[in-house]
Amino acid sequence: MQKIMVCIKRVVDYNVRVRVKPDGSGVMLDGVKMSVNPFDEIALEEALRIKERVGNVEVVAVSIGVADTQQQLRTALAMGADRAILVQSEAPVEPLTAAQTFLALAKKENPDLIFLGKQAIDDDANQTGQMLAAIWERPQATYASKVEIGAGKVTVTREIDAGLETIEVDLPAVVTVDLRLNEPRYVKLPDIMKAKKKPLDVTSLDALGVSAAVYLKTVKTEPPAQRQKGVMVKDVAELFGALKKKGLI
Amino acid sequence: MSKILIVGEHDGKAVNPATAKCVTCATAIGGAEITIALFGADTAAVATQAAAITGVKAVIRIDRAENEHPLAALLAPQVAALSADYTHVFGPSTSFGKDLMPRVAALLGVSQVSDLMAVEGAYRFRRPIYAGNAIITVEADPSRKLVATVRVASFEAAAGGGSASVESKTLNVALPSHTRYIGTKSGSTDRPDLQTAARVISGGRALGSAENFKILYSLADKLGAAVGASRAAVDAGYAPNEMQVGQTGKIISPEIYIAIGISGAIQHLTGIKDARTIVAINKDGEAPIFEVSDYGLVGDLFQIVPELERMLA
Repeated sequence: MQKIMVCIKRVVDYNVRVRVKPDGSGVMLDGVKMSVNPFDEIALEEALRIKERVGNVEVVAVSIGVADTQQQLRTALAMGADRAILVQSEAPVEPLTAAQTFLALAKKENPDLIFLGKQAIDDDANQTGQMLAAIWERPQATYASKVEIGAGKVTVTREIDAGLETIEVDLPAVVTVDLRLNEPRYVKLPDIMKAKKKPLDVTSLDALGVSAAVYLKTVKTEPPAQRQKGVMVKDVAELFGALKKKGLI
Repeated sequence: MSKILIVGEHDGKAVNPATAKCVTCATAIGGAEITIALFGADTAAVATQAAAITGVKAVIRIDRAENEHPLAALLAPQVAALSADYTHVFGPSTSFGKDLMPRVAALLGVSQVSDLMAVEGAYRFRRPIYAGNAIITVEADPSRKLVATVRVASFEAAAGGGSASVESKTLNVALPSHTRYIGTKSGSTDRPDLQTAARVISGGRALGSAENFKILYSLADKLGAAVGASRAAVDAGYAPNEMQVGQTGKIISPEIYIAIGISGAIQHLTGIKDARTIVAINKDGEAPIFEVSDYGLVGDLFQIVPELERMLA
Protein backbone atom coordinates (compact mmCIF):
# COMPACT_ATOMS: atom_id res chain seq x y z
CA MET A 1 0.00 0.00 0.00
CA GLN A 2 1.74 3.12 -1.21
CA LYS A 3 -0.84 5.58 -2.33
CA ILE A 4 -4.49 6.30 -1.60
CA MET A 5 -6.53 8.76 -3.64
CA VAL A 6 -9.59 10.31 -2.01
CA CYS A 7 -12.20 12.06 -4.14
CA ILE A 8 -14.04 14.86 -2.41
CA LYS A 9 -16.86 17.14 -3.47
CA ARG A 10 -17.72 20.68 -2.41
CA VAL A 11 -21.39 20.70 -1.43
CA VAL A 12 -23.90 22.84 0.45
CA ASP A 13 -23.26 22.28 4.15
CA TYR A 14 -25.20 19.48 5.80
CA ASN A 15 -26.95 21.90 8.17
CA VAL A 16 -28.27 24.27 5.50
CA ARG A 17 -31.95 23.94 4.66
CA VAL A 18 -31.89 24.13 0.88
CA ARG A 19 -34.61 26.20 -0.81
CA VAL A 20 -35.82 26.18 -4.39
CA LYS A 21 -35.64 29.43 -6.40
CA PRO A 22 -39.09 30.90 -7.04
CA ASP A 23 -38.56 30.74 -10.83
CA GLY A 24 -37.82 27.02 -10.69
CA SER A 25 -34.38 27.41 -12.23
CA GLY A 26 -32.54 25.67 -9.41
CA VAL A 27 -31.85 25.97 -5.70
CA MET A 28 -30.61 29.07 -3.88
CA LEU A 29 -26.86 28.84 -3.45
CA ASP A 30 -25.85 32.50 -3.02
CA GLY A 31 -24.08 33.07 0.28
CA VAL A 32 -24.82 29.52 1.42
CA LYS A 33 -22.15 27.78 3.53
CA MET A 34 -20.22 25.17 1.54
CA SER A 35 -18.37 22.19 3.01
CA VAL A 36 -16.71 18.89 2.17
CA ASN A 37 -19.42 16.31 1.40
CA PRO A 38 -19.81 14.48 4.77
CA PHE A 39 -19.39 11.02 3.20
CA ASP A 40 -16.16 12.17 1.53
CA GLU A 41 -14.90 13.37 4.91
CA ILE A 42 -15.41 9.82 6.21
CA ALA A 43 -13.58 8.52 3.10
CA LEU A 44 -10.62 10.79 3.81
CA GLU A 45 -10.59 9.85 7.50
CA GLU A 46 -10.37 6.17 6.56
CA ALA A 47 -7.45 6.84 4.23
CA LEU A 48 -5.67 8.76 6.99
CA ARG A 49 -6.22 5.96 9.50
CA ILE A 50 -4.75 3.45 7.06
CA LYS A 51 -1.79 5.77 6.55
CA GLU A 52 -1.31 6.01 10.32
CA ARG A 53 -1.58 2.23 10.71
CA VAL A 54 0.48 1.11 7.75
CA GLY A 55 2.90 4.03 7.51
CA ASN A 56 4.61 5.31 4.39
CA VAL A 57 1.36 5.81 2.48
CA GLU A 58 0.74 8.97 0.50
CA VAL A 59 -2.81 10.34 0.67
CA VAL A 60 -3.84 12.50 -2.28
CA ALA A 61 -7.12 14.44 -2.09
CA VAL A 62 -8.68 15.30 -5.44
CA SER A 63 -11.74 17.28 -6.42
CA ILE A 64 -13.58 18.74 -9.39
CA GLY A 65 -15.23 22.11 -9.03
CA VAL A 66 -15.11 25.88 -9.04
CA ALA A 67 -11.95 27.75 -7.97
CA ASP A 68 -13.29 28.07 -4.41
CA THR A 69 -13.15 24.28 -4.07
CA GLN A 70 -9.55 24.97 -2.99
CA GLN A 71 -11.11 25.76 0.43
CA GLN A 72 -12.42 22.22 0.77
CA LEU A 73 -9.10 20.77 -0.44
CA ARG A 74 -7.29 22.90 2.17
CA THR A 75 -9.60 21.34 4.77
CA ALA A 76 -8.58 17.91 3.45
CA LEU A 77 -4.91 18.90 3.71
CA ALA A 78 -5.50 20.17 7.25
CA MET A 79 -7.07 16.84 8.18
CA GLY A 80 -3.87 15.18 7.02
CA ALA A 81 -3.84 14.59 3.26
CA ASP A 82 -0.30 15.00 1.85
CA ARG A 83 -1.24 16.90 -1.28
CA ALA A 84 -4.24 17.89 -3.33
CA ILE A 85 -5.32 18.29 -6.93
CA LEU A 86 -8.19 20.47 -8.10
CA VAL A 87 -9.63 19.90 -11.54
CA GLN A 88 -11.15 23.31 -11.99
CA SER A 89 -14.51 23.45 -13.74
CA GLU A 90 -16.98 26.30 -13.50
CA ALA A 91 -19.88 24.16 -14.66
CA PRO A 92 -20.94 21.22 -12.49
CA VAL A 93 -20.10 17.86 -14.08
CA GLU A 94 -22.29 14.76 -14.30
CA PRO A 95 -21.21 11.63 -12.41
CA LEU A 96 -19.89 9.94 -15.58
CA THR A 97 -17.69 12.94 -16.36
CA ALA A 98 -16.54 12.98 -12.74
CA ALA A 99 -15.64 9.29 -13.04
CA GLN A 100 -13.75 9.91 -16.30
CA THR A 101 -11.86 12.75 -14.66
CA PHE A 102 -10.91 10.65 -11.64
CA LEU A 103 -9.86 7.87 -14.02
CA ALA A 104 -7.51 10.29 -15.78
CA LEU A 105 -6.03 11.21 -12.38
CA ALA A 106 -5.82 7.54 -11.36
CA LYS A 107 -3.82 6.76 -14.51
CA LYS A 108 -1.33 9.48 -13.55
CA GLU A 109 -1.19 8.70 -9.85
CA ASN A 110 -1.55 4.89 -9.87
CA PRO A 111 -3.16 4.63 -6.42
CA ASP A 112 -3.67 1.27 -4.69
CA LEU A 113 -7.01 2.41 -3.37
CA ILE A 114 -9.49 5.10 -4.29
CA PHE A 115 -11.92 6.17 -1.59
CA LEU A 116 -15.09 8.16 -2.22
CA GLY A 117 -18.24 8.91 -0.23
CA LYS A 118 -21.12 6.67 -1.25
CA GLN A 119 -23.08 9.69 -2.43
CA ALA A 120 -22.90 13.47 -2.42
CA ILE A 121 -25.62 15.13 -0.37
CA ASP A 122 -26.41 17.65 -3.11
CA ASP A 123 -27.49 15.56 -6.12
CA ASP A 124 -27.81 12.30 -4.09
CA ALA A 125 -26.80 10.47 -7.29
CA ASN A 126 -24.78 7.65 -5.72
CA GLN A 127 -22.99 6.84 -8.99
CA THR A 128 -19.46 8.18 -9.26
CA GLY A 129 -17.59 5.45 -7.34
CA GLN A 130 -19.29 2.63 -9.22
CA MET A 131 -18.73 4.35 -12.56
CA LEU A 132 -15.06 4.97 -11.79
CA ALA A 133 -14.57 1.30 -10.87
CA ALA A 134 -16.29 0.24 -14.11
CA ILE A 135 -14.18 2.32 -16.48
CA TRP A 136 -10.99 1.69 -14.46
CA GLU A 137 -11.90 -2.00 -14.90
CA ARG A 138 -11.27 -2.59 -11.23
CA PRO A 139 -13.36 -3.95 -8.31
CA GLN A 140 -15.80 -1.85 -6.35
CA ALA A 141 -16.79 -2.19 -2.71
CA THR A 142 -19.63 0.21 -2.03
CA TYR A 143 -21.27 1.31 1.26
CA ALA A 144 -18.29 0.24 3.38
CA SER A 145 -18.71 0.07 7.14
CA LYS A 146 -15.42 -1.75 7.76
CA VAL A 147 -12.23 -1.86 5.69
CA GLU A 148 -9.39 -4.31 6.37
CA ILE A 149 -6.22 -4.10 4.31
CA GLY A 150 -4.58 -7.42 3.41
CA ALA A 151 -1.75 -8.44 1.10
CA GLY A 152 -2.75 -7.20 -2.34
CA LYS A 153 -6.40 -7.18 -1.35
CA VAL A 154 -8.91 -5.48 0.90
CA THR A 155 -11.79 -7.04 2.81
CA VAL A 156 -14.80 -4.78 3.04
CA THR A 157 -17.96 -5.09 5.10
CA ARG A 158 -20.84 -3.42 3.28
CA GLU A 159 -24.11 -2.03 4.60
CA ILE A 160 -26.80 -3.60 2.42
CA ASP A 161 -30.59 -3.84 2.78
CA ALA A 162 -30.37 -7.35 4.23
CA GLY A 163 -27.69 -6.51 6.80
CA LEU A 164 -23.92 -6.65 6.47
CA GLU A 165 -22.21 -8.26 3.50
CA THR A 166 -18.49 -9.00 3.38
CA ILE A 167 -16.56 -9.14 0.13
CA GLU A 168 -12.90 -9.41 -0.73
CA VAL A 169 -11.47 -7.42 -3.62
CA ASP A 170 -8.03 -7.32 -5.21
CA LEU A 171 -6.09 -4.06 -5.27
CA PRO A 172 -6.22 -1.60 -6.84
CA ALA A 173 -9.87 -1.06 -6.00
CA VAL A 174 -12.54 1.58 -5.48
CA VAL A 175 -14.20 1.76 -2.06
CA THR A 176 -17.20 3.99 -1.35
CA VAL A 177 -17.92 4.63 2.29
CA ASP A 178 -21.04 4.67 4.43
CA LEU A 179 -21.82 6.62 7.58
CA ARG A 180 -20.70 4.20 10.23
CA LEU A 181 -17.18 3.52 8.95
CA ASN A 182 -15.59 6.08 11.28
CA GLU A 183 -15.98 9.48 12.86
CA PRO A 184 -13.84 12.07 11.07
CA ARG A 185 -11.33 14.00 13.18
CA TYR A 186 -11.65 17.67 13.97
CA VAL A 187 -9.15 19.96 12.33
CA LYS A 188 -6.88 21.83 14.73
CA LEU A 189 -5.58 25.34 14.13
CA PRO A 190 -1.88 24.38 13.77
CA ASP A 191 -2.91 21.85 11.12
CA ILE A 192 -4.72 24.57 9.20
CA MET A 193 -1.53 26.64 9.23
CA LYS A 194 0.55 23.65 8.12
CA ALA A 195 -1.94 22.84 5.35
CA LYS A 196 -1.24 26.22 3.71
CA LYS A 197 2.24 25.00 2.82
CA LYS A 198 1.15 21.65 1.38
CA PRO A 199 1.04 21.33 -2.43
CA LEU A 200 -2.29 21.99 -4.15
CA ASP A 201 -2.12 21.64 -7.93
CA VAL A 202 -4.79 23.07 -10.19
CA THR A 203 -5.54 21.49 -13.54
CA SER A 204 -8.49 21.33 -15.93
CA LEU A 205 -10.71 18.85 -17.72
CA ASP A 206 -9.04 19.89 -21.01
CA ALA A 207 -5.57 19.25 -19.65
CA LEU A 208 -6.70 15.76 -18.60
CA GLY A 209 -8.33 15.14 -21.99
CA VAL A 210 -11.84 14.83 -20.55
CA SER A 211 -14.83 16.38 -22.28
CA ALA A 212 -17.80 17.22 -20.08
CA ALA A 213 -20.75 15.59 -21.82
CA VAL A 214 -24.28 16.49 -20.77
CA TYR A 215 -26.59 13.47 -20.88
CA LEU A 216 -29.23 14.75 -18.51
CA LYS A 217 -30.74 18.18 -18.83
CA THR A 218 -32.46 19.57 -15.74
CA VAL A 219 -35.48 21.42 -17.09
CA LYS A 220 -37.26 22.30 -13.86
CA THR A 221 -36.65 22.45 -10.09
CA GLU A 222 -39.58 22.42 -7.72
CA PRO A 223 -40.11 22.25 -3.98
CA PRO A 224 -41.45 18.89 -2.82
CA ALA A 225 -45.12 18.38 -2.07
CA GLN A 226 -45.64 19.22 1.59
CA ARG A 227 -47.45 16.96 4.01
CA GLN A 228 -50.19 18.71 5.92
CA LYS A 229 -49.77 18.92 9.67
CA GLY A 230 -52.45 16.72 11.22
CA VAL A 231 -54.07 16.71 14.61
CA MET A 232 -52.67 16.35 18.11
CA VAL A 233 -54.43 13.79 20.25
CA LYS A 234 -54.54 14.10 24.05
CA ASP A 235 -54.01 10.49 25.10
CA VAL A 236 -53.50 6.89 23.99
CA ALA A 237 -57.25 6.16 24.02
CA GLU A 238 -57.94 8.98 21.57
CA LEU A 239 -55.05 7.85 19.33
CA PHE A 240 -56.24 4.25 19.43
CA GLY A 241 -59.79 5.32 18.59
CA ALA A 242 -58.69 7.47 15.65
CA LEU A 243 -56.51 4.74 14.13
CA LYS A 244 -59.17 2.10 14.68
CA LYS A 245 -61.78 4.27 12.97
CA LYS A 246 -59.54 4.64 9.91
CA GLY A 247 -58.92 0.89 9.87
CA LEU A 248 -55.19 1.37 10.35
CA ILE A 249 -54.86 -0.95 13.34
CA MET B 1 -41.51 1.97 -28.96
CA SER B 2 -39.67 1.67 -25.67
CA LYS B 3 -38.21 -1.73 -24.84
CA ILE B 4 -37.44 -1.82 -21.14
CA LEU B 5 -35.15 -4.31 -19.43
CA ILE B 6 -35.63 -4.56 -15.66
CA VAL B 7 -32.90 -6.18 -13.61
CA GLY B 8 -34.91 -8.26 -11.16
CA GLU B 9 -33.87 -8.47 -7.54
CA HIS B 10 -34.22 -11.77 -5.68
CA ASP B 11 -32.52 -13.89 -3.04
CA GLY B 12 -32.67 -17.16 -4.94
CA LYS B 13 -35.99 -18.08 -3.34
CA ALA B 14 -38.27 -15.09 -3.76
CA VAL B 15 -38.49 -12.10 -6.08
CA ASN B 16 -38.05 -8.89 -4.11
CA PRO B 17 -41.25 -6.76 -4.31
CA ALA B 18 -39.02 -3.91 -5.54
CA THR B 19 -39.07 -5.70 -8.91
CA ALA B 20 -42.87 -5.40 -9.27
CA LYS B 21 -42.57 -1.72 -8.37
CA CYS B 22 -40.04 -1.25 -11.18
CA VAL B 23 -42.60 -2.87 -13.49
CA THR B 24 -45.23 -0.29 -12.46
CA CYS B 25 -42.73 2.47 -13.21
CA ALA B 26 -41.91 0.95 -16.60
CA THR B 27 -45.61 0.58 -17.39
CA ALA B 28 -45.97 4.35 -16.88
CA ILE B 29 -43.96 4.72 -20.09
CA GLY B 30 -46.90 4.15 -22.40
CA GLY B 31 -46.77 1.14 -24.72
CA ALA B 32 -43.46 -0.12 -23.41
CA GLU B 33 -42.47 -3.75 -23.84
CA ILE B 34 -41.18 -4.99 -20.49
CA THR B 35 -38.66 -7.77 -19.90
CA ILE B 36 -37.26 -8.89 -16.54
CA ALA B 37 -33.74 -10.32 -16.39
CA LEU B 38 -32.87 -12.63 -13.50
CA PHE B 39 -29.27 -13.42 -12.65
CA GLY B 40 -28.54 -16.29 -10.27
CA ALA B 41 -27.18 -19.79 -9.82
CA ASP B 42 -30.64 -21.28 -10.34
CA THR B 43 -33.49 -18.88 -11.06
CA ALA B 44 -36.18 -21.46 -11.95
CA ALA B 45 -38.35 -20.71 -8.92
CA VAL B 46 -37.97 -16.93 -9.00
CA ALA B 47 -38.58 -16.88 -12.76
CA THR B 48 -42.02 -18.41 -12.20
CA GLN B 49 -42.80 -15.62 -9.71
CA ALA B 50 -41.46 -12.89 -11.98
CA ALA B 51 -43.46 -14.22 -14.95
CA ALA B 52 -46.65 -13.71 -12.92
CA ILE B 53 -46.13 -9.95 -12.57
CA THR B 54 -48.77 -8.18 -14.68
CA GLY B 55 -47.40 -6.15 -17.54
CA VAL B 56 -44.28 -8.24 -18.11
CA LYS B 57 -43.86 -9.73 -21.57
CA ALA B 58 -40.82 -11.91 -21.01
CA VAL B 59 -38.51 -13.18 -18.29
CA ILE B 60 -34.92 -14.00 -19.17
CA ARG B 61 -32.96 -16.32 -16.90
CA ILE B 62 -29.18 -16.01 -16.84
CA ASP B 63 -28.14 -18.93 -14.66
CA ARG B 64 -24.46 -19.23 -13.96
CA ALA B 65 -22.58 -20.44 -10.87
CA GLU B 66 -20.79 -17.06 -10.58
CA ASN B 67 -24.17 -15.32 -10.31
CA GLU B 68 -25.06 -16.95 -7.01
CA HIS B 69 -24.30 -13.75 -5.11
CA PRO B 70 -25.13 -10.40 -6.70
CA LEU B 71 -21.68 -8.85 -7.13
CA ALA B 72 -21.89 -5.69 -9.22
CA ALA B 73 -18.50 -6.24 -10.85
CA LEU B 74 -19.69 -9.61 -12.20
CA LEU B 75 -23.28 -8.71 -13.03
CA ALA B 76 -22.63 -5.36 -14.73
CA PRO B 77 -20.91 -6.71 -17.86
CA GLN B 78 -23.70 -9.28 -18.26
CA VAL B 79 -26.44 -6.64 -17.92
CA ALA B 80 -24.56 -4.40 -20.36
CA ALA B 81 -24.31 -7.25 -22.90
CA LEU B 82 -27.98 -8.15 -22.51
CA SER B 83 -29.09 -4.51 -22.85
CA ALA B 84 -28.19 -4.31 -26.56
CA ASP B 85 -31.79 -4.98 -27.62
CA TYR B 86 -33.39 -2.50 -25.22
CA THR B 87 -33.95 1.25 -25.07
CA HIS B 88 -34.13 1.44 -21.25
CA VAL B 89 -32.50 -0.50 -18.41
CA PHE B 90 -34.12 -0.16 -14.98
CA GLY B 91 -33.08 -1.47 -11.59
CA PRO B 92 -34.55 -0.86 -8.15
CA SER B 93 -33.17 1.89 -5.94
CA THR B 94 -32.24 -0.68 -3.28
CA SER B 95 -28.70 -1.44 -2.12
CA PHE B 96 -28.62 -4.09 -4.89
CA GLY B 97 -29.65 -1.70 -7.67
CA LYS B 98 -27.71 1.31 -6.39
CA ASP B 99 -24.52 -0.76 -6.37
CA LEU B 100 -25.06 -2.35 -9.78
CA MET B 101 -26.78 0.13 -12.11
CA PRO B 102 -24.16 2.93 -12.21
CA ARG B 103 -21.58 0.31 -13.14
CA VAL B 104 -23.86 -0.77 -16.00
CA ALA B 105 -24.39 2.84 -17.08
CA ALA B 106 -20.64 3.51 -17.15
CA LEU B 107 -20.00 0.39 -19.24
CA LEU B 108 -22.62 1.68 -21.67
CA GLY B 109 -21.06 5.16 -21.60
CA VAL B 110 -24.14 6.98 -20.33
CA SER B 111 -25.21 8.78 -17.18
CA GLN B 112 -27.87 7.32 -14.93
CA VAL B 113 -31.14 8.74 -13.69
CA SER B 114 -31.02 7.91 -9.96
CA ASP B 115 -34.13 7.47 -7.82
CA LEU B 116 -36.62 7.96 -10.62
CA MET B 117 -39.83 8.95 -8.80
CA ALA B 118 -42.21 9.91 -11.61
CA VAL B 119 -42.43 9.31 -15.35
CA GLU B 120 -43.32 12.29 -17.56
CA GLY B 121 -42.30 10.68 -20.83
CA ALA B 122 -40.02 7.97 -22.16
CA TYR B 123 -37.04 10.28 -21.62
CA ARG B 124 -38.42 12.76 -19.11
CA PHE B 125 -38.51 11.96 -15.41
CA ARG B 126 -38.67 13.51 -11.98
CA ARG B 127 -36.23 12.74 -9.18
CA PRO B 128 -35.39 14.14 -5.73
CA ILE B 129 -32.17 15.98 -4.84
CA TYR B 130 -30.90 17.53 -1.57
CA ALA B 131 -32.51 14.81 0.57
CA GLY B 132 -35.85 15.47 -1.09
CA ASN B 133 -35.78 19.23 -0.43
CA ALA B 134 -36.07 19.79 -4.17
CA ILE B 135 -37.52 17.77 -7.02
CA ILE B 136 -35.97 18.11 -10.46
CA THR B 137 -37.36 17.22 -13.85
CA VAL B 138 -34.65 15.79 -16.11
CA GLU B 139 -34.61 15.09 -19.83
CA ALA B 140 -32.32 12.51 -21.33
CA ASP B 141 -31.08 12.14 -24.89
CA PRO B 142 -33.52 9.76 -26.69
CA SER B 143 -30.77 8.60 -29.04
CA ARG B 144 -28.93 6.92 -26.16
CA LYS B 145 -29.75 4.10 -23.82
CA LEU B 146 -31.48 5.23 -20.65
CA VAL B 147 -30.25 3.67 -17.41
CA ALA B 148 -32.17 4.39 -14.21
CA THR B 149 -32.77 3.26 -10.68
CA VAL B 150 -36.41 3.36 -9.65
CA ARG B 151 -37.31 4.92 -6.29
CA VAL B 152 -39.44 2.01 -5.11
CA ALA B 153 -41.33 4.03 -2.46
CA SER B 154 -42.85 6.09 -5.29
CA PHE B 155 -44.58 3.16 -7.02
CA GLU B 156 -47.10 0.50 -6.00
CA ALA B 157 -46.15 -3.07 -6.83
CA ALA B 158 -47.70 -4.36 -10.07
CA ALA B 159 -50.31 -7.03 -9.43
CA GLY B 160 -49.86 -10.76 -9.96
CA GLY B 161 -51.82 -12.88 -12.41
CA GLY B 162 -49.65 -12.22 -15.47
CA SER B 163 -48.18 -14.90 -17.70
CA ALA B 164 -44.92 -13.80 -19.27
CA SER B 165 -42.77 -16.17 -21.30
CA VAL B 166 -39.67 -17.56 -19.58
CA GLU B 167 -36.49 -18.16 -21.51
CA SER B 168 -32.97 -19.17 -20.45
CA LYS B 169 -30.06 -17.39 -22.03
CA THR B 170 -26.32 -17.93 -22.03
CA LEU B 171 -24.25 -14.80 -22.34
CA ASN B 172 -20.76 -15.09 -23.71
CA VAL B 173 -19.20 -12.65 -21.26
CA ALA B 174 -15.88 -13.16 -19.46
CA LEU B 175 -16.19 -12.37 -15.77
CA PRO B 176 -13.47 -10.89 -13.56
CA SER B 177 -12.08 -12.85 -10.59
CA HIS B 178 -11.00 -9.76 -8.65
CA THR B 179 -14.16 -9.63 -6.52
CA ARG B 180 -15.12 -12.45 -4.15
CA TYR B 181 -18.16 -12.93 -1.93
CA ILE B 182 -17.37 -13.89 1.68
CA GLY B 183 -20.67 -13.82 3.54
CA THR B 184 -23.73 -11.94 4.76
CA LYS B 185 -24.79 -11.32 8.34
CA SER B 186 -28.37 -10.34 8.89
CA GLY B 187 -30.42 -10.16 12.02
CA SER B 188 -32.90 -12.83 10.96
CA THR B 189 -36.41 -11.96 12.01
CA ASP B 190 -39.91 -13.29 11.49
CA ARG B 191 -41.27 -9.75 11.19
CA PRO B 192 -42.34 -8.33 7.83
CA ASP B 193 -39.69 -6.82 5.58
CA LEU B 194 -39.16 -3.16 6.44
CA GLN B 195 -39.17 -1.99 2.82
CA THR B 196 -42.47 -3.60 1.90
CA ALA B 197 -44.39 -3.78 5.19
CA ALA B 198 -47.83 -2.13 5.35
CA ARG B 199 -47.18 -1.14 8.96
CA VAL B 200 -43.91 0.15 10.37
CA ILE B 201 -42.95 1.18 13.89
CA SER B 202 -39.68 3.07 14.27
CA GLY B 203 -37.71 4.06 17.33
CA GLY B 204 -35.27 6.90 17.90
CA ARG B 205 -32.56 7.87 20.32
CA ALA B 206 -35.15 8.44 23.07
CA LEU B 207 -35.47 4.66 23.43
CA GLY B 208 -32.14 4.87 25.27
CA SER B 209 -30.89 1.32 24.74
CA ALA B 210 -31.09 -1.81 22.61
CA GLU B 211 -32.86 -3.43 25.56
CA ASN B 212 -35.58 -0.77 25.51
CA PHE B 213 -36.16 -1.38 21.79
CA LYS B 214 -37.85 -4.61 22.89
CA ILE B 215 -41.01 -2.69 23.77
CA LEU B 216 -41.21 -1.72 20.08
CA TYR B 217 -40.69 -5.31 18.92
CA SER B 218 -43.46 -6.39 21.25
CA LEU B 219 -45.86 -3.74 19.95
CA ALA B 220 -44.85 -4.52 16.36
CA ASP B 221 -45.64 -8.20 16.82
CA LYS B 222 -49.14 -7.32 18.04
CA LEU B 223 -49.64 -5.16 14.93
CA GLY B 224 -47.89 -7.42 12.45
CA ALA B 225 -45.56 -4.49 11.79
CA ALA B 226 -41.93 -4.19 10.73
CA VAL B 227 -39.53 -2.27 12.97
CA GLY B 228 -37.30 0.57 11.82
CA ALA B 229 -34.96 3.03 13.52
CA SER B 230 -33.61 6.53 13.14
CA ARG B 231 -29.97 7.08 12.25
CA ALA B 232 -29.32 8.29 15.80
CA ALA B 233 -30.66 5.02 17.23
CA VAL B 234 -28.55 2.95 14.82
CA ASP B 235 -25.43 5.04 15.47
CA ALA B 236 -25.96 4.56 19.21
CA GLY B 237 -26.07 0.80 18.70
CA TYR B 238 -29.72 0.38 19.73
CA ALA B 239 -30.64 -1.23 16.40
CA PRO B 240 -28.75 -2.84 13.48
CA ASN B 241 -27.95 -0.85 10.32
CA GLU B 242 -30.50 -2.65 8.16
CA MET B 243 -33.25 -1.05 10.26
CA GLN B 244 -32.24 2.53 9.43
CA VAL B 245 -34.92 4.63 7.76
CA GLY B 246 -34.01 7.88 6.03
CA GLN B 247 -31.94 9.59 3.32
CA THR B 248 -29.04 7.18 3.70
CA GLY B 249 -31.07 4.24 4.98
CA LYS B 250 -34.30 2.84 3.64
CA ILE B 251 -36.96 4.91 1.90
CA ILE B 252 -40.32 3.40 2.77
CA SER B 253 -44.00 3.92 2.02
CA PRO B 254 -46.14 1.94 4.47
CA GLU B 255 -49.86 2.43 5.08
CA ILE B 256 -49.06 3.51 8.61
CA TYR B 257 -45.78 4.69 10.13
CA ILE B 258 -45.49 5.10 13.87
CA ALA B 259 -42.46 7.19 14.90
CA ILE B 260 -41.62 6.70 18.54
CA GLY B 261 -39.08 8.94 20.24
CA ILE B 262 -37.90 10.28 16.87
CA SER B 263 -37.49 14.05 16.65
CA GLY B 264 -37.74 14.11 12.84
CA ALA B 265 -34.50 15.33 11.28
CA ILE B 266 -34.98 16.23 7.61
CA GLN B 267 -32.86 13.21 6.63
CA HIS B 268 -35.29 10.93 8.48
CA LEU B 269 -38.38 12.62 7.05
CA THR B 270 -37.00 11.98 3.55
CA GLY B 271 -37.37 8.29 4.22
CA ILE B 272 -41.00 8.38 5.38
CA LYS B 273 -42.82 11.09 3.50
CA ASP B 274 -44.54 8.61 1.20
CA ALA B 275 -46.17 6.87 4.17
CA ARG B 276 -49.97 7.04 3.92
CA THR B 277 -50.44 7.93 7.61
CA ILE B 278 -47.76 9.09 10.04
CA VAL B 279 -48.21 8.84 13.81
CA ALA B 280 -45.69 10.55 16.07
CA ILE B 281 -45.13 9.92 19.75
CA ASN B 282 -42.58 12.20 21.40
CA LYS B 283 -42.11 13.87 24.75
CA ASP B 284 -41.07 17.15 23.08
CA GLY B 285 -44.15 18.91 21.73
CA GLU B 286 -41.89 21.10 19.55
CA ALA B 287 -40.28 18.14 17.73
CA PRO B 288 -40.30 18.64 13.93
CA ILE B 289 -41.87 15.19 13.44
CA PHE B 290 -45.19 16.72 14.53
CA GLU B 291 -45.09 19.07 11.50
CA VAL B 292 -45.55 16.11 9.16
CA SER B 293 -47.53 13.68 11.31
CA ASP B 294 -51.24 13.00 10.82
CA TYR B 295 -51.64 12.13 14.49
CA GLY B 296 -49.35 13.45 17.20
CA LEU B 297 -49.19 12.48 20.85
CA VAL B 298 -46.94 14.28 23.33
CA GLY B 299 -45.87 12.13 26.26
CA ASP B 300 -43.57 9.52 27.73
CA LEU B 301 -43.08 6.70 25.26
CA PHE B 302 -42.34 4.25 28.06
CA GLN B 303 -45.92 4.72 29.28
CA ILE B 304 -47.61 5.20 25.91
CA VAL B 305 -46.18 2.16 24.09
CA PRO B 306 -47.21 -0.45 26.71
CA GLU B 307 -50.62 1.22 27.04
CA LEU B 308 -51.13 1.06 23.27
CA GLU B 309 -50.10 -2.59 23.30
CA ARG B 310 -52.62 -3.38 26.05
CA MET B 311 -55.40 -1.76 24.03
CA LEU B 312 -54.49 -3.89 21.03
CA ALA B 313 -54.64 -7.09 23.06
